Amino acid sequence: MPDPVAPATSAAPAPVRILPPEIHVGDAGSVRLTGAWDIRALETHAADIQRRLAKLPADAAHVWDLTGIQRLDHIGALIIWRAWRKTRPQNSRIRAEHELFFTTLATPKPDTSEPPVPWLLRTLITAGAWIPLVASHGRSFLVLLGQLVIDTLAMLRHPGLGPWREVSANIYRVGAQAMPITAAVGFLIGIVLSYLSSEQLRTFGAGSFIVNILGIGLIRELGPVLCAVLVAGRSGSAITAQLGVMRVTEELDALSVMGIPQTVRLVLPKVIALAIALPLLTLWTTSIALFGGALAAKAQLDISVLQFMTDLPGVVPAVNLSLGLGKGAVFGVLIALTACHFGLRIQPNTESLGTGTTSSVVSSITAVIVADAIIAVAFNNVGFS
Amino acid sequence: MRPATPMPELEDERTPVVQIRDLWTQFGSFVVHRGLDLDVMHGEVVSLVGGSGSGKTTLMRQVLALETPTRGEVKVFGIPVHSSSAATLKKIRKRWGVLFQEGALYSALSVYDNIALPLRELRAFDEDFIRDVVMLKLDMVDIERRHAVKMPADLSGGMVKRIALARALALEPELVFLDEPTAGLDPDRSESFVSLVHSLHRKLQLTVVMITHDLDTLVSLSDRIAVLVEGRVLANAPLNVVSKLDHPFVRNYFQGERGKRALSVAPPPRGTP
Repeated sequence: MPDPVAPATSAAPAPVRILPPEIHVGDAGSVRLTGAWDIRALETHAADIQRRLAKLPADAAHVWDLTGIQRLDHIGALIIWRAWRKTRPQNSRIRAEHELFFTTLATPKPDTSEPPVPWLLRTLITAGAWIPLVASHGRSFLVLLGQLVIDTLAMLRHPGLGPWREVSANIYRVGAQAMPITAAVGFLIGIVLSYLSSEQLRTFGAGSFIVNILGIGLIRELGPVLCAVLVAGRSGSAITAQLGVMRVTEELDALSVMGIPQTVRLVLPKVIALAIALPLLTLWTTSIALFGGALAAKAQLDISVLQFMTDLPGVVPAVNLSLGLGKGAVFGVLIALTACHFGLRIQPNTESLGTGTTSSVVSSITAVIVADAIIAVAFNNVGFS
Repeated sequence: MRPATPMPELEDERTPVVQIRDLWTQFGSFVVHRGLDLDVMHGEVVSLVGGSGSGKTTLMRQVLALETPTRGEVKVFGIPVHSSSAATLKKIRKRWGVLFQEGALYSALSVYDNIALPLRELRAFDEDFIRDVVMLKLDMVDIERRHAVKMPADLSGGMVKRIALARALALEPELVFLDEPTAGLDPDRSESFVSLVHSLHRKLQLTVVMITHDLDTLVSLSDRIAVLVEGRVLANAPLNVVSKLDHPFVRNYFQGERGKRALSVAPPPRGTP
């Protein structure tokens, strides 16, 4: 369909050749500016022009003729304005259509900014900022924990109302889907550890002790920690980012106004899911790591895999397995709580989402290792034959 | 320092600032634009209207070289945007400014740095000069200077739009694109934003291409309204002509309750400059 009304042909002036900005200094202190004084022209000429304008003696009573300027914009006007030391000279001729740029410049809005804080005070404020920050983290973590306990107790009274569907979905996501990566890492760590240890043991002719070293080391210590670190990186970050995005898109507020408690729907399922899934993942990772270790032991020390597995229950007391799985559950709860805590603290902007996710992963890995150290000290005479 | 080359540049206000010829856009089997033609002349404010899914935003993104049409040509300042070299495109990009719907302020940068960024990227001005420019731009959009240190997350919706406009105007563009300039603003703020755009347009002789759903904004700003229907421009004409067109979309749009109310307060046609 053709346009009912054809665009009107405007009566614009014929094409004009645009020249670069130029400064002509006359004899009697007169300055004539010509050419294009807009950003397109000044982009290449600004430094040169500004230098030449600065060289003009400030005290001389210049006569400024700006009528030769073909194009002017705020940038060009500002350069001239600065050359004038920010006051309009008495003798100046400007084209009528260019006046408004100088009118804008001559009437600046007042600057009502607060004066900058002195350096020393600012440093002190920055240095002290961590105290309220840590306090606020502690407080909100405590609130989260308390709310979680209340919700758990309420749920135990009415188990039918629990968020079981979410729990199941979360177990699949943080547990089942993490199996390939934890298996690959566990297998390789088992091999590496076995190779390193068997080198040393062979020197002392104590090759058969490889079963003791790998058994205790992997089941009690490395399996749970390795698994927890992987899950913290994989699922912890995902949980924080998910809650953070929900904050940015106001989904968290939508839950609140519907009267659905965030802790029950979002936090509790993740805590329960990780408390269940991480011990299972630990068992899986540890088994694969032991298998990898056994394969390396066969290659290095000629201890058959069958021999390795038969010796294992004899040299590693069963309590080590319970300890390892228990640690898995503790780490799972820690990771879920830390991730949720950071996720719920995210502010509705993209910057906060990024920093929140980073701090979440760093904090949950640190929490896992601190907890591991405490458990190691607390149980130091349990599980050794 | 760059060599001071002379500028063999002609200024001709008679070539259309934006020229779209036989533009076709197809997403899978869904045809959005069917041979669309549109001209925007120097100094005009042209509004794109059309129903949801009529391809207004797609069209704007194609003019901005963010998307490529299936077929057809888009010229901005007489230069084809989809077949030009990166260097040519960069030159065009310095001559237009875009106000995105949500402002698109860089959330990691303060208000000051957001406006200073395009100026710093030119590497032509020193920091002291840039400071003066930023303050000038803040004055132009009526933002108090004390807000310069704030981060975008701490600003209200109306302030975000104004600052985004200041950033769009940082490089003194000749052509400004406004995507839903008043969406999400309360009537009072959208009124003052419209009058701000209106006064800037008058002062700086900007060419403005605008997408809007807001009839009041449409009525008070546009010199010309381009109606996108069935993948073509049904009409590109002043309001008083467009509103009387006999087409179901136009009837619904302008002759409905809301349309009548907005038109009843419409200023007399300003004509094309």
